Amino acid sequence: MQTVTREQLINKAVALLADGTVKCVLGWKKGEFDYDVTPAVFETEEEIRADFVWNDFCGANFSKYLVAKTRQFDGKILVFLKPCDTYSFNQLLTEHRFDRDKVYAVGIPCAGMADISKIKEICGDGISSIEADGDYLSVTTIYDDQPIKVEIKEVLAERCLNCKSKKHVAYDELLGEEGDVIDSNRFDEVAQLEAMTPDERFAFWQKELSRCIRCNACRDVCPACTCEKCVFDNPNSGVENKSPANSFEEKMFHIIRAFHVAGRCTDCGECSRVCPQHIPLHLLNRKFIKDINEFYGEYQAGAQEGSRAPVVDYTTEDLEPGEVFDRRDTNA
Amino acid sequence: MRKCSLDSLNAIFTRINQFAKLYLPVNGNDGKAAYTEWQEGLEWSNALNTTKSPKDFFFPQTEDLMAFRTSGKNIEIIDTRKESEDFVVFGVRACDVKSFEVLDNVFLKEPYDSYYANRREHGIIISVACTRPADTCFCKTFGIDPAKPQGDISVWKTANELYWQSNTDRGAALLDKIADLTEECGTEAVEEQQQQINKIMAKLPLANLTTDGWGAGKTQELFDHPKWAELSEACLGCGTCTFVCPTCQCYDIKDFNSGKGVIRFRCWDSCMYSDFTKMSAGQPRLTQKERFRQRFMHKLVYYPENNNGMFSCVGCGRCLAKCPISMNIAKVMKTIGGKDND
Ligand code: SF4
Ligand code: SF4
Ligand code: SF4
Ligand code: SF4
Repeated sequence: MQTVTREQLINKAVALLADGTVKCVLGWKKGEFDYDVTPAVFETEEEIRADFVWNDFCGANFSKYLVAKTRQFDGKILVFLKPCDTYSFNQLLTEHRFDRDKVYAVGIPCAGMADISKIKEICGDGISSIEADGDYLSVTTIYDDQPIKVEIKEVLAERCLNCKSKKHVAYDELLGEEGDVIDSNRFDEVAQLEAMTPDERFAFWQKELSRCIRCNACRDVCPACTCEKCVFDNPNSGVENKSPANSFEEKMFHIIRAFHVAGRCTDCGECSRVCPQHIPLHLLNRKFIKDINEFYGEYQAGAQEGSRAPVVDYTTEDLEPGEVFDRRDTNA
Repeated sequence: MRKCSLDSLNAIFTRINQFAKLYLPVNGNDGKAAYTEWQEGLEWSNALNTTKSPKDFFFPQTEDLMAFRTSGKNIEIIDTRKESEDFVVFGVRACDVKSFEVLDNVFLKEPYDSYYANRREHGIIISVACTRPADTCFCKTFGIDPAKPQGDISVWKTANELYWQSNTDRGAALLDKIADLTEECGTEAVEEQQQQINKIMAKLPLANLTTDGWGAGKTQELFDHPKWAELSEACLGCGTCTFVCPTCQCYDIKDFNSGKGVIRFRCWDSCMYSDFTKMSAGQPRLTQKERFRQRFMHKLVYYPENNNGMFSCVGCGRCLAKCPISMNIAKVMKTIGGKDND
């Protein structure tokens, strides 16, 4: 159950609009169903009272929207940030992607977000309403006479099950209780992949990535992917492709993207959330995070504004290429 | 009408597979259904529909058009087309069957697309009625009846049986080939299921969505509608909606340098992309608002204008389920459309 209420958020937004602190509010907007929430900019109290929502389906991370929206609006934007969102927020600031002075950030605690596809696996299609009820969701469908009770922890998104931090690392103001960095199990699955033989691992990724339809949702939602023009969209880059011509190009997109966000990926999990083909993209990025931790010492992108990622920061203590090469035998 | 028990389905698939490749929705390693080539041991998925639509069978995501090989001053042009063989697509939903008609109107008119036509001629469609439509379904809005799916053969699945009815000569010929595995039967069970489906359709959350306010002749009125800005403000321009959509039909033609020559192929493109139609004067739609508007104006205004009022959305609900920001055609139709949608 979320510990701050929709009313608290609305009151905060309305107050900051009224006293002129902010010009507009970046928030979650009510959808057609109870689960299809859309990111939106609210400019008036009426809009906020009518359509602003805060529930177990507010997974969208607003940090990246600040890049475009701070350019579009004069004056400050109020943005609500969950703990994981604040890591992306910091990382974007580190990369000078938006003007901090144009943002008023309110940190809000998050109890984890539900994954609608997990709910549909339990309740089937035909959901007509979903209501929060303590630690449960009460799901009404057109096929069942009684609402189905689903425990929220059964349907949490993967990234929330492996949440790395309930602590906000950036904000102007905090609503509700602050949490802690969590000792999560997020690298367990990576370790399983590492334990495979190279052939098994290749087969694993081949199978996963062959489902990719190159819709680019993973890239377009990613707060680490903020290039003005992605090489894959640039006809002059030589590697532009709208859909992969073959299985080599299929993998190339993902490998290049994983390398490009290495040391910058905050493990926000947006890529895996939006993938229409349920490809576990977070495993690629977490492999890099795990390697960086092991090679260069613990490093979490976004934990601190202005930090330099080990991969772009030379020190004399750095690992020699030979050491990585040796590691190949035990951990190919 | 003919019927068979569900237990004999495997024998029927084996039989069909003897004279044509057979594709059907099968659950993949992610637990979601995708059209898969049938082989012994594969099971027909219970899922309502596949993430990727069956348009791939006729208009694949990438397709070689021709190849060039050079040696010295000579350039050899190679026709990469292969003579198609008949294939059968089983388990297609009513909305997706209708989507083929939408595509036909584009690819089979002048300039006639022989690549598409070749596949269409060889593809036999076996559709299936929907007994459990989803909250995201709104095919009825476009006059599609999920209780009476079209295609060469229509199929209805009940608890223990499968009912078959052919709608075309090709369909009848196929049913003949499995005649010994099916038996003649009455239509009562199917009629009962159809009534059931109609009742469910009336209960769907989008049951009352109408095309009110949309259609041919609405360009002037809707093009500068003030709501486009708000509707498109969070759009990522990812193109997921266009790639999962059974009726989106834009493509790009590209050259792939293989080192030994050039392969000219076409691939899906998306009006949501900033590099759409770059090959001519440049992308005419400068911001995401214009790109976003194009997708919906095309489906709900321009296409009907060129096709006697037929809309080019079939209400399959894929874009509702898959858009990362949950913006979609139903929200657009309600926001900009007529008062009946309020
Ligand atoms: S979101 Fe998924 S399907 Fe789309 S490009 Fe990324 S990995 Fe591929
Ligand atoms: S790669 Fe994925 S997890 Fe990492 S920052 Fe981008 S969207 Fe988030
Ligand atoms: S409408 Fe949704 S799916 Fe389509 S391009 Fe925009 S964000 Fe992507
Ligand atoms: S626009 Fe959406 S609902 Fe309509 S046919 Fe395309 S994917 Fe299906």
